[in-house]
Amino acid sequence: MDTDRERHRARETAFYLFTQQSLPACKPVLTPGWVIAIFLFMGVIFIPVGLITLRASHCVVEIVDRYDIDCVPEPSRMDKVSYIQDDSIPKNCSHFMKVHKYMKAPIYIYYQLDNYYQNHRRYVKSRSDKQLLDGQKYHDTSSCQPVESNNNRPIVPCGLIAWSLFNDTFEFIREGAELKVNRKNIAWKSDRGHKFGKNVYPFNFQNGTLIGGGKLNPEIPLSDQEDLIVWMRTSALPSFRKLYGRIEEDLDVDDVVVVNLMNNYNTYSFGGKKKLVLSTSSWLGGKNDFLGHACVFVGCSSLTLAIIFMLLHVKYRRPYGDMSYLPWNRKSFSG
Amino acid sequence: MAAASSRKRKGKIRWSKLYSFAACFRPLTSEERPAARELIGRPGFSRVVFCNEPHLHKRKPYKYPYNYISTTKYNVLTFLPRALFEQFRRVANFYFLLAAIFSLFSLAPFSRASLIAPLVFVVGISMLKEAVEDWHRFLQDLDVNNRTVKTHISNGVFVDKLWKELRVGDVVKVNKGEYFPSDLLLLSSSYEDGVCYVETMNLDGETNLKIKRCLEASLCLNEDEEFSKFKATVHCEDPNPNLYTFVGNIEFEKESYPLSPSQLLLRDSKLRNTDYIYGVVIFSGHDTKAVRNSTRSPSKRSWIERKMDHIIYILFSMLVLVSLVSSFGSLLYLRQDMVDWWYLQLPDDNKVNDLDDSNSEKYDDRFFNPSKPVQSAGLQFIRALILYGYLIPISLYVSIEVVKVLQTMLINKDIELYDDVTCKSVQARTSNLNEELGQVEMILSDKTGTLTCNQMEFRKCSIAGLSYGGDITEVDLAASMRMNTDFEPFEFSIDETDGATRSFEPFDFSVSSFSAQNGNARLTQTEGPVIKGFNFRDDRLTNKNWIHGSNLFVITMFFRVMALCHTGIPLEDDNHKTDKLSYEAESPEEVSFLIASQEFGFQFCRRTQSLMVLKEFDPSSMKEVEREYKLLNLLEFSSSRKRMSVIVSNEDGQIFLLCKGADSIIFDRLADNGKAYEQATTMHLSSYAEDGLRTLAFAFRTIEAAEYESWNTIFTQAKATIGPEREELLEQASEMIEKDLILLGVVAVEDKLQKGVPECIDKLAQAGLKIWLLTGDKRETAINIGFACSLLRQDMKQFHLSLSRDAESNNQVKDMKEDILQQIESSYKMVCEERNKEAPFGLVIDGKALEIALRGDVKNEFLQLAVNCASVICCRVSPKQKALITRLVKQYTGKTTLAIGDGANDVGMIQEADIGVGISGMEGMQAVMASDLSLPQFRFLERLLIVHGHWCYQRISKMVLYFVYKNVAFGLTLFYYELYTSFSGEVLYDDWYMTMFNVMLTSLPVIALGVLEQDVSSDICLQFPALYQQGPRNVHFSWSRIIGWILNGVVSSLVIFLANIYILSPTAMRENGFVADIDSLGAITYTCIIWTVNCQIALITSHFTWIQHLSIWGSILLWYIFLLVYGALPPNFSGNAFQVLVEGIGSAPLYWMITVLVVVVSLLPYFIHIVIQRSYFPMDDHIIQEMEQCYKKYDVRDNEMWVREQRNSQRSTRIGFSARVDAKILSFNQQLQQKKLSIYRSVTNSPIYRSITASPFS
Repeated sequence: MDTDRERHRARETAFYLFTQQSLPACKPVLTPGWVIAIFLFMGVIFIPVGLITLRASHCVVEIVDRYDIDCVPEPSRMDKVSYIQDDSIPKNCSHFMKVHKYMKAPIYIYYQLDNYYQNHRRYVKSRSDKQLLDGQKYHDTSSCQPVESNNNRPIVPCGLIAWSLFNDTFEFIREGAELKVNRKNIAWKSDRGHKFGKNVYPFNFQNGTLIGGGKLNPEIPLSDQEDLIVWMRTSALPSFRKLYGRIEEDLDVDDVVVVNLMNNYNTYSFGGKKKLVLSTSSWLGGKNDFLGHACVFVGCSSLTLAIIFMLLHVKYRRPYGDMSYLPWNRKSFSG
Repeated sequence: MAAASSRKRKGKIRWSKLYSFAACFRPLTSEERPAARELIGRPGFSRVVFCNEPHLHKRKPYKYPYNYISTTKYNVLTFLPRALFEQFRRVANFYFLLAAIFSLFSLAPFSRASLIAPLVFVVGISMLKEAVEDWHRFLQDLDVNNRTVKTHISNGVFVDKLWKELRVGDVVKVNKGEYFPSDLLLLSSSYEDGVCYVETMNLDGETNLKIKRCLEASLCLNEDEEFSKFKATVHCEDPNPNLYTFVGNIEFEKESYPLSPSQLLLRDSKLRNTDYIYGVVIFSGHDTKAVRNSTRSPSKRSWIERKMDHIIYILFSMLVLVSLVSSFGSLLYLRQDMVDWWYLQLPDDNKVNDLDDSNSEKYDDRFFNPSKPVQSAGLQFIRALILYGYLIPISLYVSIEVVKVLQTMLINKDIELYDDVTCKSVQARTSNLNEELGQVEMILSDKTGTLTCNQMEFRKCSIAGLSYGGDITEVDLAASMRMNTDFEPFEFSIDETDGATRSFEPFDFSVSSFSAQNGNARLTQTEGPVIKGFNFRDDRLTNKNWIHGSNLFVITMFFRVMALCHTGIPLEDDNHKTDKLSYEAESPEEVSFLIASQEFGFQFCRRTQSLMVLKEFDPSSMKEVEREYKLLNLLEFSSSRKRMSVIVSNEDGQIFLLCKGADSIIFDRLADNGKAYEQATTMHLSSYAEDGLRTLAFAFRTIEAAEYESWNTIFTQAKATIGPEREELLEQASEMIEKDLILLGVVAVEDKLQKGVPECIDKLAQAGLKIWLLTGDKRETAINIGFACSLLRQDMKQFHLSLSRDAESNNQVKDMKEDILQQIESSYKMVCEERNKEAPFGLVIDGKALEIALRGDVKNEFLQLAVNCASVICCRVSPKQKALITRLVKQYTGKTTLAIGDGANDVGMIQEADIGVGISGMEGMQAVMASDLSLPQFRFLERLLIVHGHWCYQRISKMVLYFVYKNVAFGLTLFYYELYTSFSGEVLYDDWYMTMFNVMLTSLPVIALGVLEQDVSSDICLQFPALYQQGPRNVHFSWSRIIGWILNGVVSSLVIFLANIYILSPTAMRENGFVADIDSLGAITYTCIIWTVNCQIALITSHFTWIQHLSIWGSILLWYIFLLVYGALPPNFSGNAFQVLVEGIGSAPLYWMITVLVVVVSLLPYFIHIVIQRSYFPMDDHIIQEMEQCYKKYDVRDNEMWVREQRNSQRSTRIGFSARVDAKILSFNQQLQQKKLSIYRSVTNSPIYRSITASPFS
């Protein structure tokens, strides 16, 4: 009983304090000491973090190889678009990649497209998540415009994104032996498990007059078509990489990898670039120095600021709570 | 039974005789009447009223409205359209309405619900608020409309009827103390001669009673039964707002009589001293003069809110600009590149031909149609307008509304603003103006009922050159107290000669004796029953001790003047418990005199028409004796005569003239042998006057019978004269007899101030507020109150603006104008000359002069002068003038004004001012109903402005600025992303993130900031009222601040967006090689935004209670929770955000590192700014915060420095109690200095001193 009453009273006092606006409060005041401490602290934290990040980034070995021009035979280079659109010409092409540093497995294979607006609104919206999960059971494909049906039958998977599926393929050969490329688990697990149906098979796909990108094996359910799943996670920026697979063998320095690729995908009509990227990864992901540099920069600036404020504080110290700054003590104050 | 009969007798006294002299000062002179008669029937004077035949007014053309009044803004039908219109008049709301409409046509980049829902919510809440406020108004109307009044139905039967059912032509009977339900024509009253007394405080603020008089012809209608056959027709003017005119005539029993304003009883005035009256309704409901006089309460918006509109315009221009950029970019892409992007399958003119027609139609996308690029760009423009709508803070209005309601609640709940006496607290009636309270620069205050309680107290008197009732004033006391505390520094500052220090001893002693006396005074005040109107403690006079006085005759005569020279009457209590009587008189002053004389043993107990009976205490026999005095003549008080006399003869046949009046008037009329006490009395007078007491001098003379007889014939002759010269003759006659007076003494009565008024005014003055006093009372009263409130002080230069007699009599506007202009110019010249000396000026102006001064061409000069004076007092001003002054001051100075008043006469002023404050607790509710805030007491204004106003101003301005920042920071990231999507209109974030942004993820901290932020605590606000100046000087909401915050938002958005882009693209973001897609990037960027804006508000906040902590950190946590829950929903619902935190970004260390880095970098510019500002350009509140911390740490809060700073902050004040104390100290110091100098000289001149200084060992 007593504790109840006490609790009640405590609640009442708390409410009273609230209405009287006198709740206990902490009122931090920014003193020079605090300022210097905060800047010092930031410097001390950010510089090491930046250095660690930079180190992680430097550990990553990355080989980038642009192949879209090289893979067009000399005579066709004047009119690449008609070359790529001509089905009768074989599109295979070989490239050499030299490993300049030891690469530890897994080595991730990316294809990189530049100047490709996968984030265009018309493009991004042109898909049907429900159809991807339910297949032909889901009839409304209006969101897939302009690629929703062909010959009055729905397309599965419908929409511009699926229709423009990237279809260059890569094979890697080292010293005559084919490097094994693992193309499983390159898509998000949740996508495979929950967004692309296990019983949904491609249907009426790429049967139209206008053929976009790659075709899909109608025997394999969508949940296993990982290339499609990766492709359908649209990129945020017009220059992007997408995961193609993994090489699960280490590559030594000076190894030469021969890439046999099928140069099917048309980036020529809009001047896009195609690149093949081999990269290892660190705990931070790929090779990117920006974060490390930024951290070091922030840390250094903070230290500099700390020193500047320290010097200022020593030289032009304003006493804490100095009354002479109050308006009524200032000479210029005209009341 | 006896009591009843005596009352009846009292009622039958011919009061007209008592006031016969006064009657000649009635404003309407007889010459005007014929002119009025000609007017009847012309346009504007066409109203016809059939008295006692209200049924005739049911049909046209005599159909007039019922007596129903309504002050509501809306009714059931008009509420929806009008309230909606009000809402969409706000720019931002209108924009969102358009956005919502567009969303219906699939133009919008977001889902419909996410655009419409917030709008409905925002508008709905605002409209709900309007509805509730209007409902309250309706209830108040209902209360007034449902009052009852006795109304004649037929055959002389009167029944209760509701006010609202009253019709023109109804005959009503109004009893004593009741309000008139509408404008009535007085038919008869309980008095035989048909007069009645009316209190018009609600109309013009004048407290004295006014006499109304019915026509002789209708005198006979003074019984209920008389009305069964009564019929008359009134022709009169149409309804108009003019309170002091009425033109009409009445046809009664086949004769026509002219009517004048003295037959018209106005709605909202009150019947006093008269048992009942009969009247007929002439104007009803909205036709009444009182209602016509009131203006519809305008909806006020605070200055900050008006400025907010400008900010919205700026944001709008930003919005239009980025939208234009977007649509142009889109146009360029569409013209040049986009056609080549085969993966978009854009309808290309060349290719379409190849396809079958059915397909090409489907490909048509209005936004990206290369064949119609301009149209597409136009559509893109509209889409962009909606997309970047996050730049416009939609929830700003609703958040502000919520915050203001909460602020209002806290103000209403403040226990310090609760009045125990009336059991009322502050009521903010509209919550729109909270922050305006922090920006007030001018206070326009009513006097009666606001500053004073409309109650006179007998305080002091000076009889025969001796002052009674204590000498110490509060000012002296405070001055000496403070000098005592400052004593030590003084001791050291002066020469170390012994003589100098010794010279302080007497002073020190006197101070202590002061305080001792004061303590005694306090003690005696508490003992004994408190007598209303009598606050006099002096043992020399009370308890009949005056009989031991030396000048017994003078004292007796003094009391007799007090008991006889008046127009009051005693009220007989039904229960005779005590032998004390209570009195009723024309002015509360006279009542206090009667009460005082009763206390002294001269009880005025009866009055008949020619006889006044006193119960006197006879010092010789030590018994109470009843003495009768024959009242021979009564020379009435008037504002021009400034004196009043009675001529009485006592039982011995001796004839006395007893006179009381303004001191200057009386002193002029003293006999040579009557000046014995003049000098001493003058001294007392000035000290009384400085304390703000109202003084009257008493004098008498004995008149020989012969002299009286000869004079009386002249006087009766003058009285009998009819015509304009009557006034003059009467004046001459009275002049003849009121001379050769013998001075008895003076009395000082206190127009009792309400509790805490001087202190409050003092604090407000320290806060830099200017206080103007606008009163309907006469000049002397106003000046007295000016002194009592320390608005005026003795060493202040006073300018009195009034019309000179000549100018007034000529009645030529041009002359008057020149007269006033000249006065103004000469005063202003003086102000300019002495400006450097910091000498304060006071300006006193009366209503007539004001009327001239406020005309077009003089107005500016007048206001220029007035603004330069430390205090301004306007007396005898009408309600309209009050409103006019308020408006002009507002317009001329552009400063925020606050008007405070309690009566209906203040309504205009209250509505006109930026903030109108009504005093509740008094009887009238009109002021409260028109006000924005009601206070039970004036003194609460101090805390309301200095604490709550200051807080609210800070809170709202911080809040608005933060809102702008937040929306710019968020909205611009949307724009930057467009640059990377070829301006196609794709959004980086999920729809739901965006909807959540303003509604949940960032709303609570800002509301907490708006409700609970305090820069310094309330007691420090009160200790340093100068802090209040931040509001009027508008440090927190200046354009530089606004631009600064917008820039801050731009910087933050840039940092957030660019850092994310560069860190996350194009490489993998996780160890398993996954790269960031559009959804991951969106979620990560959004996380950075949530962190940044919430940490930013933590940087702004200087007062963290658990509520702030909870809301800030809780909001951030809420985002993660939201992301988890949203991500866990089935993908059908969550779309691309499915599992985004759990599987996508949460496991990437990069995500968390980005968050930390981006938050730090984006806040860094602001942080550096505040560091520099705090360290090298600190503001007042910063320093005081630091001081507070210092003192808290060392617990020496009441140490010298604190006190000194507190005092320094008050230094620049020119009015108020402290200023008076300062002035007093100054004069004390000067005296001291002189004394010291003289002592020093005498010491240095002495040979001993010389020998000491000459010695090298001293």
